[in-house]
Amino acid sequence: MDKFTVLTGVAAPLPITNIDTDMIIPKQYLKTIARTGLGKGLFSELRYKEDGSENPDFVLNQPAYRKAQIVVAEDNFGCGSSREHAPWALLDFGIRAIISTSFADIFYNNCFKNGILPIKVSREDLAKLMDDAQRGANATLTIDLAAQEVRGPDGGVVKFDIDPHRKHCLLEGLDDIGLTLVKAPKIGEFEAKISQERPWI
Amino acid sequence: MTTGKPRTLYDKIWDDHVVDIQPDGTALLYIDRHLIHEVTSPQAFEGLRMAGRKVHAPQKTLAVVDHNVPTTDRSKPIEDPESKAQVEQLAINARDFGVEYYNEHDHRQGVVHIVGPEQGFTLPGATIVCGDSHTSTHGAFGALAHGIGTSEVEHVLATQTLIQAKAKNMLVKVNGKLGEGVTAKDIVLAIIGKIGTAGGTGYVIEYAGEAIESLSMEGRMTVCNMSIEGGARAGLIAPDEKTFAYIKDRPKAPKGEAFERAVQYWSQLKSDPGAHYDTIVELDAGNLPPVLTWGTSPEDVVTIDGVVPTVDSAKTEAQRAKIARALDYMGLKGGEKPTDIKIDRVFIGSCTNGRIEDLRAAAKIAEGKKVAAHVNAMVVPGSGLVKEQAEAEGLDKIFVAAGFEWREPGCSMCLAMNPDRLAPGERCASTSNRNFEGRQGFKGRTHLVSPAMAAAAAIAGHFVDVRTFK
Repeated sequence: MDKFTVLTGVAAPLPITNIDTDMIIPKQYLKTIARTGLGKGLFSELRYKEDGSENPDFVLNQPAYRKAQIVVAEDNFGCGSSREHAPWALLDFGIRAIISTSFADIFYNNCFKNGILPIKVSREDLAKLMDDAQRGANATLTIDLAAQEVRGPDGGVVKFDIDPHRKHCLLEGLDDIGLTLVKAPKIGEFEAKISQERPWI
Repeated sequence: MTTGKPRTLYDKIWDDHVVDIQPDGTALLYIDRHLIHEVTSPQAFEGLRMAGRKVHAPQKTLAVVDHNVPTTDRSKPIEDPESKAQVEQLAINARDFGVEYYNEHDHRQGVVHIVGPEQGFTLPGATIVCGDSHTSTHGAFGALAHGIGTSEVEHVLATQTLIQAKAKNMLVKVNGKLGEGVTAKDIVLAIIGKIGTAGGTGYVIEYAGEAIESLSMEGRMTVCNMSIEGGARAGLIAPDEKTFAYIKDRPKAPKGEAFERAVQYWSQLKSDPGAHYDTIVELDAGNLPPVLTWGTSPEDVVTIDGVVPTVDSAKTEAQRAKIARALDYMGLKGGEKPTDIKIDRVFIGSCTNGRIEDLRAAAKIAEGKKVAAHVNAMVVPGSGLVKEQAEAEGLDKIFVAAGFEWREPGCSMCLAMNPDRLAPGERCASTSNRNFEGRQGFKGRTHLVSPAMAAAAAIAGHFVDVRTFK
């Protein structure tokens, strides 16, 4: 997993509530057995027309936002399924951070496993950042994870909260499995205990 | 770990599974049961191979193919090369890592959340995960069950644990007795309508009250299944005699003395009097009419005797934009009576409503009638065993005589990964769980309903009130 430290990039506005995982990556792209290559399917039903050509109205097809690395969206981003294909598609497209007032639990968790930073901000701060994101070629935000702040094009600063363990893992690019396997003896003790207490498990 | 404080059912299951508390307060939680399907597992097995890791507890893991399989003739190979590759990869992974696997020719095969309970793999008080958000279904047995992403699938395969922060407790109390023709599906749609699709975010929901206790195990599974549609990763119902009777003699359930001992443990799995809930929601089921969705989020609900909201009913600008977008996508103006909305397709099945009781309810409505000429309707049993049971009861004949297609088991048009899908603009009465844009096919329009409501809509050609449908 890539580390996340400081990111300066274009922020694309997606002022839609309840952006669900089917919208982020529709099911026809879920048939892959790889983690990569999903960027082409990101927001596919919004991004492409029925004939497969690009929909020029969709923000990520507009020249200023084609290389966006940040998405600013309305409430409850990532609701719906557990598909990790959603963060994989975002990452493959080049998105490393998502800013919203709220995220669905499973999606939020999946982001951290893939070096993507989901940032929760207040409604007022979202309105400000959405406004920043609507400035086309000037829609550049800087996200500093260590300092826990988002800096806007006018020098405005928005602070955000993040769980310290998740922050640490993102900053260092750490893999959870390796960390957990260090505790193998504790897992073994637990299994010995439940084989007595709940032998049917 | 017992503190003197009264605990909720969730607190108890949580406490019994904590292996270790990490410095930041998150827990390493032991996972008793891991279900696997073909869509969200290949990258996890690939990760194990690359790191030279094994599956820690293959005997606590069960694999079944469901999302991609065609629901038509299974004797033919899968036509879509990508679906075929994904199905084959699951077989290879299960074989290489020693995991039990039900392939598409096995009569035990079906939607993973129907198979787990059927096999007695799902047990009260257990922690159960699967790379699928509808894992919440298993909470109907008083199991702590929730969906996980593929990285977590790999974590569970390698360690049989998950790193978890404890969720908050929500109690949803459903009072009263359901009226005739009103079902578990109507209850859960009403709950989601009330709390909103993000209302349960950060919570585990415990469902209780007279209306929940009166439900069969099938009905309880329908309610818990859609917890995630209300934002909660897990839903729970305290196990009782109905739960134990359902589990007894299932292939993977404990037997004899072991079963009696398990029942003793399971019997104390209920919230203590005075246990603390962070949020309590109450709903009266006594006067609840059948419920359906009108929009593109499961929270967009309307009762069969209500009207579709208009843009002007919005209280905020964001809500106005949301209603406008949903109405436009659904091809509605707002203000329609549900009974005036014509449909093109009907889908009866899924992990929400693909169990035997669901098929019985639909068949009862369909018996001796005909599907409307302009409607295409299909019934997809949730598993091979549900299909066998339905055929033994003659339900397949009732459906076929009425003009419904009778299919092989799988996820089918709930998410349309296989060939079953809506054409652009088609409107479907569906017993599944999500009405998102494009969920059942590009530009397809989904209305979520109960099996009885779906069957009645198939026959009438538009939504009808199943309570008065003749």
